[in-house]
Amino acid sequence: MSLFDHKVSELQALLHKKEINVSDLVDASFKRISEVDGKVQAFLTLDEEQARLKAVALDEKLGKEEGSLFGMPIGIKDNIVTKNLRTTCASKILENFDPIYNATVMDKLHKADTITIGKLNMDEFAMGSSNENSGFQKTFNPWNLETVPGGSSGASATSVAAGEVPFSLGSDTGGSIRQPASFCGVVGMKPTYGLVSRYGLVAFASSLDQIGPITNTVEDNAALLGAIAGHDRMDSTSANVSIPDYASALTGDVKGMKIAVPKEYLGEGVSPEAKQSVLDALKVLENLGAEWEEVSLPHSKYALATYYLLSSSEASANLSRFDGVRYGYRTPDAENLIDMYKKTRAEGFGDEVKRRIMLGTFALSSGYYDAYYKKAQKVRTLIKKDFDDVLAKYDVIVGPTTPTPAFKIGENTSDPMTMYANDILTIPMNLAGVPAISVPCGFAAGLPLGLQIIGKHFDESSVYRAAHAFEQATDFHKQKPQL
Amino acid sequence: MSRISEEQVKHAAHLARLAITEEEAHMFTEQLDKIITFAEQLNELDTENVEPTSHVLDIRNVLRADEAVMGLPRDEVLKNTPENQDGQIKVPAIIE
Repeated sequence: MSLFDHKVSELQALLHKKEINVSDLVDASFKRISEVDGKVQAFLTLDEEQARLKAVALDEKLGKEEGSLFGMPIGIKDNIVTKNLRTTCASKILENFDPIYNATVMDKLHKADTITIGKLNMDEFAMGSSNENSGFQKTFNPWNLETVPGGSSGASATSVAAGEVPFSLGSDTGGSIRQPASFCGVVGMKPTYGLVSRYGLVAFASSLDQIGPITNTVEDNAALLGAIAGHDRMDSTSANVSIPDYASALTGDVKGMKIAVPKEYLGEGVSPEAKQSVLDALKVLENLGAEWEEVSLPHSKYALATYYLLSSSEASANLSRFDGVRYGYRTPDAENLIDMYKKTRAEGFGDEVKRRIMLGTFALSSGYYDAYYKKAQKVRTLIKKDFDDVLAKYDVIVGPTTPTPAFKIGENTSDPMTMYANDILTIPMNLAGVPAISVPCGFAAGLPLGLQIIGKHFDESSVYRAAHAFEQATDFHKQKPQL
Repeated sequence: MSRISEEQVKHAAHLARLAITEEEAHMFTEQLDKIITFAEQLNELDTENVEPTSHVLDIRNVLRADEAVMGLPRDEVLKNTPENQDGQIKVPAIIE
């Protein structure tokens, strides 16, 4: 058994009993990385020197004003800026970018006494769902190295599943935490929009992006979210709400909980295995005293088109800052300023990023704005209302996280109906801003499947309550990939 | 009928400050046409009396006192610039 098969609370107990020290945890992390990262390729940058120095400092601090995640190694998705630690967004345009400030979540993690091990691969600027769109390397699924880990936080999920770190941070714009968590058999939470500060998260689509935790267990997930959540004056979209003690929801008690199951989430394109795993999960929750009913979220089928227009439009504006002036790559041969902008961006961005920038520029351009961008914003209102209506009557919504287990590298799903189902299962939650978690709920052909649990705005507690009760009644989360 | 022409793609690329080759213009036209055609399914919905959502939560303008505070240190800011000179960021000629 590896050290990181223990929950965070268990590791902290071992620290306090002096059976291990913080340096042992950091050693375990780098040792595991040296053993398996050549196979899975999760990390883009390691921060070994600083991590070891901090471990020594924390070992001195044991028993004195410890932060809530004292001594825990963590991996960070490479679109979260880390002071003096290279941050690339897996893009050539930021290949040598050395941030001069920390994202708010990094300051919060510092207060919680975590140790940053390194930066994790992703699809370039978080655009993609397989990590095949990274400008630097592919990441491989630890359950089967011929399959993708999902994306865009694929390596964040991989690093946890492969036992390289006890937990990691990812970001989710249209499923980028939940889909890789599902593919890699770990727990991934996209919090309510506004719960976690986006200051220092390199923006993709500002009205949809959220940072969230990827962990082995629901308990660890709640602990990590508790450490990073909260209002931040540096992010004017961050919500001024009090953060509950999520751990108090982890009782295993779901008696009387009302669960809605949208028929759209178990329809065409969802594999029989994924559907069966959700029905089995509902039986588990029913046996624990919860009740479920079928409902409808009628505008689900419009989520993908809405998402493509809105996220690309926002991205086209956000990514205009990468212009070769203040930071990042600059083309070596430019005749004048405009030429420099154009060549820098053409040479620095990958095709997927260019495609979305152009789609967004077109959707926002004169003569098309009303037909595409504004229309999508109106449909977003209808999609959000679907959730408001259902969540007025039910505590949580449950469905699969993905229609199938991880797909093969290079395959990127040739069946359009599966692609469609893939997207409708995770995108609507970002459009509505509601919290959603993926927890392991089964296997198909040796690959993990995820159960998605969705809650009301700022009611992460109910989501964790249901997820924890399900996890404790099953043993899917205890199964580990053999590497 | 195609929803977007190669000329429009070139224009969007210009607005987005992206140099594209003829070959890329052709490829992106085909791809964007497919996406836009797909997006037109939104027209099935009557949204005449629906308010647009730009943001899911009620947000207000955030103001702060107009007080001068220290910005980022110049050395730090210049650290990541591709080119700088005399404490300034340097760019290619803007005016001939």
